[in-house]
Amino acid sequence: MGRQEQAPLLEARGLTVRFGKVTALDGLDLTAAPGQVLAILGPNGAGKTTFVRTVATLQRPTAGELRVRGNDVARNPVAVRRDIGLAGQFAAVEPTMTGRENLEMTARLFGQGRRAARHAAAAVIEQLGLTEVAGRRSATYSGGQRRRLDLGASLVGAPRLLLLDEPTTGLDPAGRREVWDAVRGLAASGTDILLTTHYLDEADELADHVVVIDHGIAVASGTTSELKASVGRDLIEAAVADPARLDDAAQVVERVTASQPRIDRGGRRVTAPAAGAGGAGELAAVIGCLADAAIAVDEIGLRRPTLDEVFLALTGVGARSPATTARVPGPAAAASVQNGGSR
Amino acid sequence: MTAQPVTIHPAAIARPAGPPGMLLSSAEVALRTLRKYFRTPGLWAMGVVQSVLFLFSFRYVFGGYIQGGAARYADFFVPGYVATIVLFTGGGIAVAVAEDRVAGFTGRLLSLPVPRASIVAGRAAADFLTNGWAIVLTAAFGFLFGFRLGGTVADGLAALGLCLAYGLTFMVVFMVLGLIARSAQAAQGMSMIAFVFAFISSTYVPANTMPGWLQPFAKYQPITPMVDAVRSLIVGSSSDVGLALGWSVLLLVAFTPIAVLRYRRG
Repeated sequence: MGRQEQAPLLEARGLTVRFGKVTALDGLDLTAAPGQVLAILGPNGAGKTTFVRTVATLQRPTAGELRVRGNDVARNPVAVRRDIGLAGQFAAVEPTMTGRENLEMTARLFGQGRRAARHAAAAVIEQLGLTEVAGRRSATYSGGQRRRLDLGASLVGAPRLLLLDEPTTGLDPAGRREVWDAVRGLAASGTDILLTTHYLDEADELADHVVVIDHGIAVASGTTSELKASVGRDLIEAAVADPARLDDAAQVVERVTASQPRIDRGGRRVTAPAAGAGGAGELAAVIGCLADAAIAVDEIGLRRPTLDEVFLALTGVGARSPATTARVPGPAAAASVQNGGSR
Repeated sequence: MTAQPVTIHPAAIARPAGPPGMLLSSAEVALRTLRKYFRTPGLWAMGVVQSVLFLFSFRYVFGGYIQGGAARYADFFVPGYVATIVLFTGGGIAVAVAEDRVAGFTGRLLSLPVPRASIVAGRAAADFLTNGWAIVLTAAFGFLFGFRLGGTVADGLAALGLCLAYGLTFMVVFMVLGLIARSAQAAQGMSMIAFVFAFISSTYVPANTMPGWLQPFAKYQPITPMVDAVRSLIVGSSSDVGLALGWSVLLLVAFTPIAVLRYRRG
C-alpha cells in the first residue's frame, strides 16, 4: 500500500452544521488516520448523513472546520472533490443509460480523458462482476446490481477516499452480502473508506475503526474490540434449559458476579458482566453453583459484549440490528422491523 | 451462497490529470439529459401528442365559433401557441430537476470536481434542443392545420428564432421551480402557474376582449408582448420585438444565478 501522505484522512474540529433551529452536527471532533475502513455508527437523526454530505462538500459547515486529507472543505472544495468518490443511500445512476454509459459519463466528469474513461469503466465492470449486465439499461438491474453500479461510479475517478452513506439500506440479505463483498474487496486493495450505518453487524463486519455519534457529537471511538472492551467486561451468559428456572439461575449468577443479571425470557438466557479480569474463575463458580442447585443449562460461556450492547450503553438507544430486532418483543419491535430488519 | 469473490484494484484506474473543463462537463450533462428524454417515450411522445391535441382542438373545436372563421383563427393562435409551447413542456423540466435532486443524482454531480455552472448550462443546452424539436414539430403541424405565413420565409425564420429564445428563458425559470420544490409532485403542481400566464394573455384571444379588470394583467405580463412580437414578425413587421427580447433577457438574467446557487445546495 505504501502511503507517503501523512495528513490525517479526516480531521474535524468543532464541526457544526445547523439547519435553521435544527442542529445536525454539534461541535463534532474526530481524527481518522489513513489506511482503514472507518464506520460512523449512530441512530437515525444522529447526524451521520449530514457528516458525509459535509465531507463530500455538499453541505458547508456552519462553524468549526473539517479537513479531508489536509484540504479544508470550505476553502478548497475542488481539491476535496478530486479526492473523494460518493455513493449514496439512493443509487444515483441514470436508469435510462446502460451500466457502461453511466460509468463512462461519471469518469469523464471526474476529469478522465475519453480513453481513460473507457478503460476505467471496463475495469470497474469487470471487477464488480457487472460484465453480463453492462450493456443493459440500469433500470433493469436488481437492487444489488444497481448499488454495485453506483459504487462503481464512485470509483472511476480513482478516488483516495470512498464515502458510502448507508450502502446497504433497503437491500435484501443477498444484496447486502454483494455490497459487503465489494467493500471488503476495495478495502483489501487499499482504498480508504468512510461508511455510515445504523446496522451494528455491518460496522462489525467491515470497519477497522468505529466512531459512534449521537445528537451530532462523537460519543465513542476506537476499534470494534476496543469499543467492546471499553464498555463491558466480559459477559457470563447461560442458556437455561427449563424456562421456569430462569429466575433461580439469575439468583445464582447474581450471587457469584455481584451484579444484576439481564434476563432474556424469550431466549431463556441470563447474562451478567464478570466482576474482573478473572472471568474464567467466576464462570467455573457459576457452573458449580448451577449444578448444586440442579439447574440444567443448554449452553454456558464467557463472551465479549456485542457492538449492540456497546451501542446501548453509549447512547441509551437500541440500534437497529437485523440480528437483534427480531428477538425484541413488545411494541418497540414494531417500530424497528422496517428497512429489511428481518432475516 | 455468496456472490463471486470480488477483488478490486483501484490502481488499474489512473488518477485524472485535473478537473474537467466547463465545456466538457456541460456536454456530458447535456448528453445525459438528451438520452433520458429520447429514451423515455412518455417524455418525447407526450409532447407531440399534446401539441397535436391542442392544435386540433383550437382549430376545429373552438375555431368555428370564433369571429373571423377557423382558417383565420389558425393564423392567430398557431404563432401564439408555438411561442408559448415551453409553458406546457416546461413542467417536465421542473419535474426532472426535482427528481434528480430527490434521487441523489444531483448530489453525485455536485460531489464531482465539475464547474458548478456546467450543471445548469448542460441541462439548459439539452432542454433548448428538446424544446426546439417540439417547436419545429408543432409549427409543422400548424401548417398542416391551415396556418400560413403572412410574410416572407425569412420573417418566419426570425419568428422561429424568437420562439427558441423564449424557450431558453423559461427553461431556466422552470429549472428554478424544480429546484425549490420539495418533490417531483410539488414541482408538477407549481408548474401549473404557467397555465395562468399562457391563457390570460393574447395567445388565444386578443387581450382587449377580456373583462376590464383582467386586462391589465393580460396586457402587461411578459407572455403578451412575446406572443405579439412573434405575430408581428410573421407579417414582416417588428413591433414589440424589442419589448419581448427585453423581457426574455431580464428573466434569464434574474433566474440563471438563482438556478446556479440553488443547484449548489444539492
